[in-house]
Amino acid sequence: MFKDLVGKRSRKVKNVVERGLVKRFAESIGDSHPIYIDEVIGKQSRYGQNIAPPTFPRTFDFGKVEGLNLPNKGLIHGEQIYHYNRPLLVGEEINCYTEVKDYYDKTGKNGLMGFLVTKRYGEDLDGNLIFTEESIVIINEAVREALKA
Amino acid sequence: MKQLVELISGDTLEITLEPVTRMDLIKYSGASGDFNPIHTIDEEAEKVGLPGIIAHGMWTMGNLAKLFTPYYEQGFIQDYRIRFAGMVFINDVITLKAEIIESTDEYSDFDVKAINQDGKVVIKGAVRFVKK
Repeated sequence: MFKDLVGKRSRKVKNVVERGLVKRFAESIGDSHPIYIDEVIGKQSRYGQNIAPPTFPRTFDFGKVEGLNLPNKGLIHGEQIYHYNRPLLVGEEINCYTEVKDYYDKTGKNGLMGFLVTKRYGEDLDGNLIFTEESIVIINEAVREALKA
Repeated sequence: MKQLVELISGDTLEITLEPVTRMDLIKYSGASGDFNPIHTIDEEAEKVGLPGIIAHGMWTMGNLAKLFTPYYEQGFIQDYRIRFAGMVFINDVITLKAEIIESTDEYSDFDVKAINQDGKVVIKGAVRFVKK
């Protein structure tokens, strides 16, 4: 059922790298470094601005792929892969979207498992790619059965 | 602190965290927007067969990246890939490690992992830190 969705994308959604959220996010991972939080340090840095931690895109809205309805329970996060062309700057606006990259089945010791690969993109307002975030989510047999019902 | 460019193959960066608390995971839920209750509510974790709440994999991945934060003036994390290998429970003591594998003028490649108090790897992967 997920196979049909491969190649499908969401519409772009505009997000802001919010100063308050960057601070709260950095605190929540025990990484309250001045480069994320202190405006003076940010201005003096090579980036000319505070930056966001590399896993910050977790907080963005990437839109919805039509037909992709995943339960929020029973999924296993297998892998997560980030690529950056440059760090995210606090205060900047970015356009985000998501794409279903691949889907495949594997039979392992826990039965038939589905592997769903999604890739998310963040661009500046001129369309230049800033980062990608790829996730592999593992869907077990019980969840697959429940989705069919 | 050594400059990252001075690190040579086999050198490691390492931090051991305070024991994981429920409040850590409540804060991460709020900051990340991931409110899956298996990370915060015991009954919900037990319902899916877990002995108790577990940390968000992304909480551990987020933590691990801080090994590189002090070096932001020399460059940034270009690539960061993680495989989630094991679960992190309340009171676990997690150690974050990065070992330098290769270094050139343009980048340094690291093997990275987080291990628990029993030496079990809970996440592992790689970082490419670019110097540009």
